[in-house]
Amino acid sequence: MWAKTFNTNGPEDGREEIVQPSTSLLRDLVRKKDFYAGGLMLLVGIGIALKGSTYRLGSLMHMGPGFMPTALGILLMLLGIAIGASALAAAGAGGEEESQSILPDNPQWWAWFCILMSPVLFIFFGRYFGMAPGTFACVFIAALGDRTATWKATFILATVVTVFGVGLFSYFLQVPMPIFTWGGGL
Amino acid sequence: MIDTAITDLLYGFTVALEPHNLMWCFVGVLVGNMVGVLPGMGPLATISILLPLTFGMKAVPAILMLAGILYGGQYGGAICSILLNLPCHPPHAVTCLDGYPMTKQGRGGVALGVTVIASFIGASWGITEMIFLSPLLVRAALQFGPAEVCSLMLLGLLAGSTLARGSPLKGVCMTVLGLFLGSVGTDLETGSERFTFGMTELDDGVELIALALGLFGVAEFMSSVNQMSPINMAYTNVRFRDMRPTLADLKRSFFPMCRGTIIGSLCSLIPGTGPTIASFVAYAAEKKVSRTPEKFGTGMIEGVVCPETATHSSIQGDFIPTMSLGIPGDAVMALLLGALMIQGIVPGPQLISQHPDIFWGLVASFWIGNIILVILNVPLIGIWCKMLAIPYRFLYPSAMFFVCIGVYAANNDFFQVGEVVALGMLGYILLRLGFHPAPVVLGFVLGPRFEENFRRAMLIARGDITVFVTRPISAVFIGMCVLLLASQLYFRLRGPKIKPDAAAQGEGSPPMPGQMTPQRIPVTPAE
Repeated sequence: MWAKTFNTNGPEDGREEIVQPSTSLLRDLVRKKDFYAGGLMLLVGIGIALKGSTYRLGSLMHMGPGFMPTALGILLMLLGIAIGASALAAAGAGGEEESQSILPDNPQWWAWFCILMSPVLFIFFGRYFGMAPGTFACVFIAALGDRTATWKATFILATVVTVFGVGLFSYFLQVPMPIFTWGGGL
Repeated sequence: MIDTAITDLLYGFTVALEPHNLMWCFVGVLVGNMVGVLPGMGPLATISILLPLTFGMKAVPAILMLAGILYGGQYGGAICSILLNLPCHPPHAVTCLDGYPMTKQGRGGVALGVTVIASFIGASWGITEMIFLSPLLVRAALQFGPAEVCSLMLLGLLAGSTLARGSPLKGVCMTVLGLFLGSVGTDLETGSERFTFGMTELDDGVELIALALGLFGVAEFMSSVNQMSPINMAYTNVRFRDMRPTLADLKRSFFPMCRGTIIGSLCSLIPGTGPTIASFVAYAAEKKVSRTPEKFGTGMIEGVVCPETATHSSIQGDFIPTMSLGIPGDAVMALLLGALMIQGIVPGPQLISQHPDIFWGLVASFWIGNIILVILNVPLIGIWCKMLAIPYRFLYPSAMFFVCIGVYAANNDFFQVGEVVALGMLGYILLRLGFHPAPVVLGFVLGPRFEENFRRAMLIARGDITVFVTRPISAVFIGMCVLLLASQLYFRLRGPKIKPDAAAQGEGSPPMPGQMTPQRIPVTPAE
């Protein structure tokens, strides 16, 4: 069928799952992505329900602020259990074609760090030194995440984006943020 | 009825043709097309990144521009998928199947040419549908009490989460998570704070822009960084001249266009079945109707035309429930609705009568925008093709800047930039665990209104939960919810082999990738 040809995974993914029969149910389960997905949802649901029930619940007729979140938390817990259970069923039935590893084939810790640091640096430099340094730092660190990045290209890119960005947002769209400042009055 | 519709439409044209509005519509379409062409930028990322540009504007130009970005991005995505075999947006996954082989045969220009025509026809039909159906829907919706609104929202949420990509169970999970995120902040009725953990910045709730940019911006960049293999630029040299389809091509695409239009408009009427499902159904139907189904995947023009028409027809159709009922069908529509709410406009059935300039101006601007797109895409195709060459390593750092400044500009508050980091990290973890975060936004936007209506319905019914099934209209919606869940269960138990399009949406092999790791999807033609 044509729909099946759209397989997201390359042929190399999930090869093991097909070839090896499931020897141990538990080991299989721990390797299932859905097991962790369900577990995460269960935990989040428990957290929401516990915190939500500290607010006033009220009755069905006069609902308090805690009613909806508690209900949602419980629902999320049930859904988490259902996802985990489906992983359990799939583990018993043997492997699927889908890749079960949570990390991608080639984890990009450095790039992920760079991307997540980018807004952090924007906050820091933006608050204490102004929009232009904030922009420069934000683009610079994000660009360093790329495997092929060079200092020179990164520097040029950050400069270009800074000039363009400050022009667009400060002069044209009037975002109230000083271009340069020292120590930050905020 | 037709008279009033035409009068209203003419009024809409006077709104949309005001120089100011026309300019922003043009800018939206242009920017949307430009960003949509870029490999690795789907419409969700495009809209959320460009949303902050509209903060300073009035409501009408803002919504015209955002809508322009949406369908401009669609046109752009088609270029990317036909010439590079990269479906940046799920509906285009099927366009690749026959579009890319056509490109390899040197007929990529023709494929783009008919795509432009097909999109325009599909969109026009969708707009016509919107003109006549929306007032009817509104008339019905004005009779709704809180109980009916509540059940309708439930239907919308369920459809949006179970019919979207990936496993329905996970989709519902994401919707619930979105509903929860929507409840963060000050409770509207009692004024008590929920889930703020003592942070006063959270009193107004999580910022929609931060949520959208975290989930569709930062998380997407994290999953695509360093994962893109070099782009094959061998076929991207398309000139204006190459785009002219021959008479035979046009003849062959005429009936597929008609079929695509009908399929698209039908899909848009079912809540939650957006352009993705429309395009898959259209391709499957076209293959079934064709006398030479075995040739599909080798560059059949029908296989490009029909899904593209269906996509555009259903995108315009998706605006019907969004604008007339205030219930968005998917995450893109939820974002547009969120943008309206930022402008201080309450979505719902009263929108058309209270803000006729927004509704009819939007309808009229669709036509204007689509004409602009045809004009832009035909002669400027060479420039768009050049843009395909912009490497991702320049793209995502620049986009990160837009993310940061955009979130800051929402409230001039650095705290919300921090929210982006947290939500981006969460979004990436969810992506890796096989969740598709789009329904989160759907739940987030509808959450507060859902809760409000639920409380009100319960108050009126004196705490009697059966009110949802004893009131007839509400009972119909609840019945549809049950039907939806039952059919999902049925197809899951029967297995995905039986119904190809169910497999496509359910087990979700194709789509999402577009945004996740565009380069690594081997979109191989069918056997």
